[in-house]
Amino acid sequence: MRPTQAPVPGATRSENTATALLLGPGFIWLLVLFAAPIAIVVAVSLARRGMPVEWAFDFSAYARARDPIMARIVWRSFLLGVMSTGVCAVVGYPLTYFIVRRTARVRYLLYFLVLIPLTANSLVLIYAWITLLRPTGLIEHFIRGLGLAGEGTVSILYTPWAVGIGLTYWYLPFMVYPLYASMERFDFRLLEAAADLGANRFQSFWRVLLPQTVPGLATGCLLVFVQTFCSFVVPDLLGGSKTLMLGSFIQQRFLNLPQDWPLGGALAMLMIVVLGMGVWAVGVLQRREG
Amino acid sequence: MMTSTRARWPEWLLRANAATVYAFLYLPIALLVLYSFSGSRFSSVWGGFSVEWYGRLVQNDKLLAALGNSVALATTSSFFATIVGTAAALGISRLPRRSRGAMEALFYLPILVPDIVLAIALLAFFVLVLHLELGLTTMILAHVVFNLCYVTAIVTTRLRGFDQRLLEAARDLGASPWKAFWRVKFPLIWPGVLGGALLAYAMSLDEFVISFFVTGPGSSTLPIEIYSMVKRGVTPEINALATLMLAGSVLLASLSVLLQRRK
Repeated sequence: MRPTQAPVPGATRSENTATALLLGPGFIWLLVLFAAPIAIVVAVSLARRGMPVEWAFDFSAYARARDPIMARIVWRSFLLGVMSTGVCAVVGYPLTYFIVRRTARVRYLLYFLVLIPLTANSLVLIYAWITLLRPTGLIEHFIRGLGLAGEGTVSILYTPWAVGIGLTYWYLPFMVYPLYASMERFDFRLLEAAADLGANRFQSFWRVLLPQTVPGLATGCLLVFVQTFCSFVVPDLLGGSKTLMLGSFIQQRFLNLPQDWPLGGALAMLMIVVLGMGVWAVGVLQRREG
Repeated sequence: MMTSTRARWPEWLLRANAATVYAFLYLPIALLVLYSFSGSRFSSVWGGFSVEWYGRLVQNDKLLAALGNSVALATTSSFFATIVGTAAALGISRLPRRSRGAMEALFYLPILVPDIVLAIALLAFFVLVLHLELGLTTMILAHVVFNLCYVTAIVTTRLRGFDQRLLEAARDLGASPWKAFWRVKFPLIWPGVLGGALLAYAMSLDEFVISFFVTGPGSSTLPIEIYSMVKRGVTPEINALATLMLAGSVLLASLSVLLQRRK
C-alpha cells in the first residue's frame, strides 16, 4: 500500500532536494547579483576616492555628504517628496472614494484607467510633459491666453514646479493603489448609519471613513514619498541643473566628471535607510490592521 | 432618502476632482499622440495630418539598432527570468510557513529598492569585482535580477489558490511526481507564468535607469536613445517614437493583466 500520510524519511529528503533545486538558481542569482552588489555599495561608500575608487578604509565620503551644498540637495529632495506626496494624497483620496462608489464594471474601468499610465515608459510620459511645459509649449499659450503672463517667456520647465508636476503625475497611481485596496473593504453602510445617528458629512468622514482607511492612506504616502525622494529620471529631465535632486546627484557622481563614487555610495546608503524606515513603518501599520 | 445623501461627500465636488485627475493623466498622452501625426515641426501648431515622422523613424538606422538591442535584451532576460522565477516560486510554495515569508520578502526586495541604487550597485559590482566589459551581457544579467522577482511574485500569487490535495490525488492514482506536476499543477498555473513572462518582457523593454548605468558602446536601447534625444532637444520624431512605444507597452501590460485574471 502506498503511504499517503506520513512520508518515509527518504521521501522527505528527496522532497527537500527538489525544493532546493527549484529555489537554488533564483536564490543564487539574487545572492550574487543583488546582495553582493548592495554590499559593494557599502564598501564603496567607505573607500577612498580614486579612479574610480581606491580600496582603503576611509570615512571621508560621509564627511563630504554633510557639506552644505549636499544638505541643500537632500532638503530639496525631501521637500519635493513631501509636497508631491501631499498633493497625491489630497487628490487621490477623493478620487479613490469616487471610484469605489461606482457600480462594479465602471469601478474596474476607472481603476484600470488610473493604473494604465504606469505601464507606459516613464521617459515617454516625461517627454510629453516637456513638450507641454517648455517655452512655446501649450501651457505657456494657455497662460498667455488668460492674460496672466507679462513680458518674456513663461518657463515652467527646469523649475521645481516642473519636477513637482512630473513627480505627482508619475506617482499618483502608487497612492491610489493601496487606497483602493483599503477603501474597497470599507462597509459604506456605516456612513449611512452615522448619518442616521445625526452625524454631518464632516463628522462621518472624520470619525468613520478616515480611521478605517488610514492604513491604506499611510501606505500610499510612504510608497510615494520613498519613491519621489529617490527618483532620478523625473528631476533629471524636468528639473535640469538648477533643480538638482538626490537621484540626479548620485548619477552624476558615478557617471559624470568629477567622479566621486564613495560620495555617491554614501548618499545611496541614505536612500536605503529612508526605504528601510518606510518599509518598517508600513509593516507596523499592516500588523496593527491585522 | 435624506440621510444617505447627507452622509456622502458632495457629488459634484467628487466628479470635478475625478474629471481633473483623468484630464491630468491623459491630456499629455493624447497631445503626444495627436502631434505625432501633425505635419508641423512645432508642437503648438497643427500642421495637418501626416505620417512623415513615422516615415523618418523607419529610416533612422541608429534607432533601428537600438530597437534590435531592446528586443534582444527583453527576450533573453524575460526568458531566463521566467524559468528561474517560476522555479523559485514553486520552491517557495514548498517551504515551511516561517521560512516562506522570509524568502518571499527576499524575492521582493529588488523591486522595492530604488532603481538608482540597484543601478549603481550593479555598475560597481561589474566594474570593480567582476571586471566585465559593459554591454549587452551586463544588461541581461542586470535585467534578469528584477524580472525574475516580478515573475516569482506573480506565480506565487497564482500558487496561493492551488489545492495541494490535487497533487496527492494524482500521486495516489499512480502518477510520477514529474507527470503529476505537468498534468495537474502546471495547467493551473500557466496563466500566471505567461502573465509573468509578459510583464517581465514589458518591464525590460521600458527599463531605463539600470540599462543606462550598465550599458556599453553599441548596446544602446530605445529608452536610452529617447533619453539622449530628449537631452539634445525636442523633435517631432520623438513624438512618433514615443507613440509607438506607448502603444506597445499598453498592449503588453493589458495582455498580462488579462492572463492573470484568467481562472
